Amino acid sequence: MNDARPDPDALLRAATREAKGRLKVFLGAAPGVGKTYEMLSDGAARRDAGVDVVVGVVETHGRRETEAKVDGFEIMPRKPIAYQGHTLAEMDIDAILARRPQLVLVDELAHTNAPGSRHDKRYQDVEELLAAGIDVYSTLNIQHLESLNDLVASFTKVRVRETLPDRVIENAEIEIVDIPPDELIERLREGKVYVPDEASRALGHFFSKSNLSALRELALRRAAQAVDAQMLDYVRANAVGGTFAVNDRLVVAISEQAGATELVRAAKRLADALRAPWTAVHVETPRDAAFTPAESARLAEAMRLASQLGAQIETVPAESALAGLRQFAGEARATQLIVGKSRRSRWFELRHGSIVDRLVRDAPGLAVHVLPLTEAGTARTVRLPRLGEGWGSWHGYAVSLGLGAAITVLGRMIFAQGSITNIGLLFLLPVMLAATRYGLRTGIVTSLACSLAYNFFFIPPLNTFTIQDPQNIITVLVLLGVAIVGSQLAARVRAQALLAQASAAQNRSLAGFARRLTGIGSTDELAQVLCGEIGQRLHGNTVLLMPETAGLAVRASAPPGGRLAMLDDAAARWAFDNNKPAGQGSDTLTASEWLFYPIGTTGRVLAVFGLSRPDAGAPVRADQLPFLLSLLDQAGLALERIALAEEMADLAHVRERDRLRHALLSSVSHDLRTPLTTILGSLAEIRAMSPEQEDQLAETRAEAERLHRFVANLLDMVRIEAGALHRKIEPVDLAEAVASALHDLGTALHGHPVNVAIAADLPFVLVDPQLFHHCLINLIENAAKYGDPGTGITLRAHGDRQGLTLFVEDEGPGIPEGQAQRIFETFARIEGSDRKGGTGLGLAIVKGFAEAMGLGVSASDRADGRGASFAIRFPPGQLKELPPE
Amino acid sequence: MNSAVTILVVDDEPAIRRLLHASLARAAYRVVEAGSGRETLAAVQIDKPELVLLDLGLRDRDGLELIPIIKAAGAAVIVVSARDATDEKVAALDLGADDFVAKPFDSEEVLARIRAALRHRLASATGAPVLRHGDVEIDLAARRVSRGGEDVRLTPKEYGFVAELAKSPGRVVTHAHLLRTVWGAGHEHDVEYLRVAARAIRRKLEQDPSQPTLLRNEPGVGYRLQVEA
Repeated sequence: MNDARPDPDALLRAATREAKGRLKVFLGAAPGVGKTYEMLSDGAARRDAGVDVVVGVVETHGRRETEAKVDGFEIMPRKPIAYQGHTLAEMDIDAILARRPQLVLVDELAHTNAPGSRHDKRYQDVEELLAAGIDVYSTLNIQHLESLNDLVASFTKVRVRETLPDRVIENAEIEIVDIPPDELIERLREGKVYVPDEASRALGHFFSKSNLSALRELALRRAAQAVDAQMLDYVRANAVGGTFAVNDRLVVAISEQAGATELVRAAKRLADALRAPWTAVHVETPRDAAFTPAESARLAEAMRLASQLGAQIETVPAESALAGLRQFAGEARATQLIVGKSRRSRWFELRHGSIVDRLVRDAPGLAVHVLPLTEAGTARTVRLPRLGEGWGSWHGYAVSLGLGAAITVLGRMIFAQGSITNIGLLFLLPVMLAATRYGLRTGIVTSLACSLAYNFFFIPPLNTFTIQDPQNIITVLVLLGVAIVGSQLAARVRAQALLAQASAAQNRSLAGFARRLTGIGSTDELAQVLCGEIGQRLHGNTVLLMPETAGLAVRASAPPGGRLAMLDDAAARWAFDNNKPAGQGSDTLTASEWLFYPIGTTGRVLAVFGLSRPDAGAPVRADQLPFLLSLLDQAGLALERIALAEEMADLAHVRERDRLRHALLSSVSHDLRTPLTTILGSLAEIRAMSPEQEDQLAETRAEAERLHRFVANLLDMVRIEAGALHRKIEPVDLAEAVASALHDLGTALHGHPVNVAIAADLPFVLVDPQLFHHCLINLIENAAKYGDPGTGITLRAHGDRQGLTLFVEDEGPGIPEGQAQRIFETFARIEGSDRKGGTGLGLAIVKGFAEAMGLGVSASDRADGRGASFAIRFPPGQLKELPPE
Repeated sequence: MNSAVTILVVDDEPAIRRLLHASLARAAYRVVEAGSGRETLAAVQIDKPELVLLDLGLRDRDGLELIPIIKAAGAAVIVVSARDATDEKVAALDLGADDFVAKPFDSEEVLARIRAALRHRLASATGAPVLRHGDVEIDLAARRVSRGGEDVRLTPKEYGFVAELAKSPGRVVTHAHLLRTVWGAGHEHDVEYLRVAARAIRRKLEQDPSQPTLLRNEPGVGYRLQVEA
């Protein structure tokens, strides 16, 4: 077994890097280390080396040295963007794309663009530039890196909002711009470091020596990591080293609790360190239905962040978080599981047991990382959504209390006979009914009413609410307890049923959707169904766009007749061009009311699907996203299937056309040959009356024969081009084939003596005898045509380990300079050779027939320079050794 | 000798029929014409031709279907076809056709093929004659092949090959037929046996094995033995 096989993923990454522009990041530990200056210096060096460099955006912050550096560059004007009465100037990405420099300098990679820009973040602009093949130099401070955000905040106490996903610089070349902390503090004191006003109050602390040292270490480590990763990629792509088994799979469990985003970042760091693929999973339990809006938002935010950091995101429904996680980790073959440990009360853990403990116990072979969820006050106990939350329905009260009243009446009648304890038990009936069917509150009200009725009507002293016997207090408490426990149990059962129903409904919905799609045969119908079905399932407006000749156009929508505003249209087009989501809820063109997803398979975008809410709210809830993506996956498969079916239909048309062409060919062949047969036959019968007539007759005969050959060649050519060659491969003796060809050529050799030098012990060649016969006739005829009158034609065969070659050599003008390939083209004739009477088809037929049989043909001048030499090559696979005698 | 011989010319083109009629009449054959499959069947019954020149591209019937019918009536068949398809030639020969000529044809060639086909009929009637080509003699009755008066030693398969061709001199015999009769059933597709044998026979019998005149190859169809009339 050979382990030194190149890793295809690494090769792919290397290949993508080749096609795209390259990013170089000047990474610093803190503002003021001189990143911009360094970038401009490097850019200037490239510019002086003849590279087309422009400045996309550079903030000089009034520093004179930096301003002096910028002067020598072509500076792209910025694009003014109006925002809340201000005009902000952002980098004009379209202008740069139109200008197409080789290298563009873009300061502050982590910058957030003004609202209304194409992308939210500048790094997205940069990614688009890179995708367009433009190299980019940019600058970055280490604390802006997404995965280090928490870490930096933990010791600097300053949290930066402008963060940059790690993947952006994963493939970038990184240059550390570094000065010792003391020097930086000195520069700060001299006012050489630009500090935005709003940040200045935090700065005293931020620029402490210990902070700067820590930041510097982070920056250096990160740069080393990048070099390491790039080296590893190289090693994998070139299979230099031994084993680099990447067997780890990391799963991080995301809950609605605060601190989930930190969990995600921690997972990202671990995944990076392990170089492992990772998945963020949320287990949807009955509790989810009871999330507050803030909790839902936190969950969605954590999932979005995970997706942004490169995780795959999944939502799995399960009865409990534990069961869901255990199952998912098993299915995903996870080796590392990250969970957060919430600060639940000891009481809670005593009751429910720690999820973490049970995970560790139940999942051997799984490394479980437990991280404390830092922010306090998140320990909301698990509370099941109770049935009939609120005060319940009047109907419930009426039924329960009515039953209570009926029991009371019944009780009074029994009471007349004797025991009262049994009557107390009777009141359990209305309480159970109320609690299980109508919820806690109805249950409690019913239990109170029943205990009152019991007390009043049955407990001595009768007809008062006074309780003498403490035993009767217990009865009242039992009724209350039954109400509470009963309602809880019923709620739990009901919730599980609802969850199972929801899950089943979703599966049914998916299955129904898939079934619906399989029956569809046309793109238009599919577009209609997609819009209708998905719109109905997700309760939104939908639209499907597909490429048409004039660009992307709306193919269907729900409700029908939908149209897109210009901004939405731009988002749709962006999603189509970049094969990424765009619009509200994505990273790009977020001002659009719509969210667009590309649909397609195998990397080909076939359509764009758009979703919006009538109220212009968020088009898709985070928990709906996996469902939507499954629907769109199926839609992609269906679209591709239909596209293939349409291609097949086209193919059937082509076949029908071929059949017609074939019929036409037969008919033309017959119609052309019949008159020729008559002419040639009649000419043979005519006897000349004089020598002049004899000459004329000979001339006429020669012309008629030429016409016959031309017709034959023309028909052969049509057969080649129609791909209508019928091959029957069998072993053929080269000497015999040549003899047959020479015999059939007869007078067409025009008296050229033929010298055949083909050894009698050569292996047979595997060809179609008829096609090969035509090849030989055309080649020899060509030699006779171009050879000088009276000179010889040589046919010789030469065998070696690479196969067998048959040469047909003439003594003529040879092959004109640079024409060796062209002479095999249809109607190519060597210049000034018209009088040779060629049809311009002979060699094209040789090539067409030879290639149809797997043979190679070539032309060159003879080694001795006396004329042209044509070669037919038989590779070893086309030879058959002689059977033993 | 030709006075009694009747030849039926079948072609849907009157021009071709006229042309063949003229050259055959000049060679003193009695000629009848047919322009369709129906006419052909009628003419075969009424005129009882010794030989039929059959064009396969008829409008009302596939010419191939007619071959067994004509053969059953006792006439020889030479197929004349404008279609340049090896498969069709082989199919025609397998159905019992005696030979084929491609359009456009040379009248002399057609006459030569007709002679060969008729001679075969006479030969089968009178017993095996001695065939000659240059200094080569093939005596089927004596199972003897000689060159320049001296016996040539052929292997049994080589002799079988030559003898099978000599039974119908001048006519093409298909690969499959040769392989079946000489090598036995099951070898119909072992064309390389034929190639090896043909190489050996040419080495022993031909003046110049690289330009054979006795044992001729029809690419993709079969072999024929070219002998003097």
